[in-house]
Amino acid sequence: MTTVDASAAARVAAEFVVPAGAIAAESCGQRVLFVEPGQYLATIETLYRDGFTMCVDLTAVDYLAHAGRSVPAGVVAERFEVVVNLLSVARRERVRVRVQVADNASLASIFDIHPSSEAMEREVFDMFGIRFDGHPDLTRILMPEDWDGHPLRKDYAQGRIPVQFKGAAS
Amino acid sequence: MTVVDADARITSAGAATSEGGQELRSRGEISQKALMREAGAVLRLSESAAAALSDVAGDVGEDQSMIINMGPQHPSTHGVLRLMLELQGETVLRCKPIIGYLHTGMEKTGESLSYLQGGTNVTRMDYLSPLNNELVFSMATEKLLGIDGDIPERAQWMRMLLSELNRMSSHLLFMATNGMDLGAVSMMLYGWREREEVLRFFQKVTGLRMNHNFIRPGGLAADLPAGWRDDVLHLLDMLPPRLAEYEVLMTGQPIWRERLQGVGVITQSEALALAATGPILRSTGLAWDLRRDLPYLKYNEVEFDVVVGAHGDAYDRYAIRLNEIRESMKIVRQILERMPSGDYRIQNKKVTPPPRGRIDESMEALIHHFKIFTEGFKVPEGEVYVAIESPRGEIGCYIASDGSSVPYRMHVRAPSFVNVQCLPHMMRGGLVADAVAVISSIDPVLGEVDR
Repeated sequence: MTTVDASAAARVAAEFVVPAGAIAAESCGQRVLFVEPGQYLATIETLYRDGFTMCVDLTAVDYLAHAGRSVPAGVVAERFEVVVNLLSVARRERVRVRVQVADNASLASIFDIHPSSEAMEREVFDMFGIRFDGHPDLTRILMPEDWDGHPLRKDYAQGRIPVQFKGAAS
Repeated sequence: MTVVDADARITSAGAATSEGGQELRSRGEISQKALMREAGAVLRLSESAAAALSDVAGDVGEDQSMIINMGPQHPSTHGVLRLMLELQGETVLRCKPIIGYLHTGMEKTGESLSYLQGGTNVTRMDYLSPLNNELVFSMATEKLLGIDGDIPERAQWMRMLLSELNRMSSHLLFMATNGMDLGAVSMMLYGWREREEVLRFFQKVTGLRMNHNFIRPGGLAADLPAGWRDDVLHLLDMLPPRLAEYEVLMTGQPIWRERLQGVGVITQSEALALAATGPILRSTGLAWDLRRDLPYLKYNEVEFDVVVGAHGDAYDRYAIRLNEIRESMKIVRQILERMPSGDYRIQNKKVTPPPRGRIDESMEALIHHFKIFTEGFKVPEGEVYVAIESPRGEIGCYIASDGSSVPYRMHVRAPSFVNVQCLPHMMRGGLVADAVAVISSIDPVLGEVDR
């Protein structure tokens, strides 16, 4: 659970240098940083210089159906949240960066810092429709090119096969 | 919230699919910058490396190169991986993996399955190491529930036992497919044969050869069956001479070395930039293994070595996997010695259904049982990322919960999905005949790439 109390935030902040503009929090004992979309690229770069040289995962969550989620003070919850998991091999530490992305808004691509994000950002674009500015090849990756919609959005219904009963009038 | 009908969309998409912009485009259509990126220039920062790059790329005209498809229906692409290769003669200039042919929306499915049912979904992603998938999903759920510190000792050692045996079965299958891809067909038979011995043990324990759904939030589905120790000992006695046979058949064999050494080379900085994990990262000489570096379960209490390579080539990756089987056996022997008695699942009435016997005696137990299996248990609001070392690298599970009994969002960081990004860099400048060796050395599982 995302705790927003000051002591937890202070504890996380004490262990490593929180990049300017980021809000430190703790989630299930894991280090989380909330950043503004405008600060996102700079934060990732600062963390990179700090040793977090591996972007192991980049994904997103569509909070359309869970708008009242708890976020620390100072963070405005938006519909989408892009979640970046960074790893420092030298320090054996992880940090998770969470960015709020409004509907129809785009986010800067971190491809130039972490080339590993290429496929991950394409996956998020494909599944959520979040555009990444500066991504070299922002195309769908899992769905066919002519597919309509973005399947992992919460307003995208799950497909189903209609049940047919033998001999019954439909 | 407007809900669009999915059925209408499926028909509108039509029967034929086009990958359009996802495909590799010819040189004439793309900019020099995009060409350099596809050639991997973005990863090679030193000047000497960039200079070395140019003697492969040359300035070939569009008429001198040819783009061909490899896959998706190709026996050595390990499923439905499609590679578009730009060739000049027999040399690979560019390569682009095109994926998604096995996409079945498992992350979407995961949003409608309760935490107890979720294991049946994730176990099918990396179908060669199902127990590791279940383990990471269960550990993420337990962390959200806040019970990750209360898992009984026996459950943790059992999980380790199954995880290590699964690593062995997965690597044994790699031995088989790698052999087959390179023309050592007898190796294919041996590898499958040995893997089947491990799967036979899994069948005895879990009831199924694959897709077990045996590791569940809170512990495991059942205790180990009587005689399990002898079965594991039988495996441990059987495998060493067989692995020695592999060494004779492959490791020391000149043709095998010629086919693998110096093929599909990746440097350490490239591997880190591409977030490659597992044997690919270790083949570059970096000893990074989550079991040792960010330990989970009881890995900090067992002794084992992290096997590393030096050249970052396909041969190193082969040798690492072969020796990781031995390391896993070493861990399994220690588990046999140390397996404690006790509960195999947490005694938390919220998470664990009552034992079968209680249901006949107690109405409350019956209700509890019914509630857990129909509604499931509620998980507090929050989000968590848990990662473990699967045979292919770091497998991670990101769960966001809204406080209900189904995950609000369930994402699996699949090692193969990320590792496949290394292909263009490994293939570059190599021969098209080596492409098969390179794919094989990545050991991708397409069920996990596409999810």
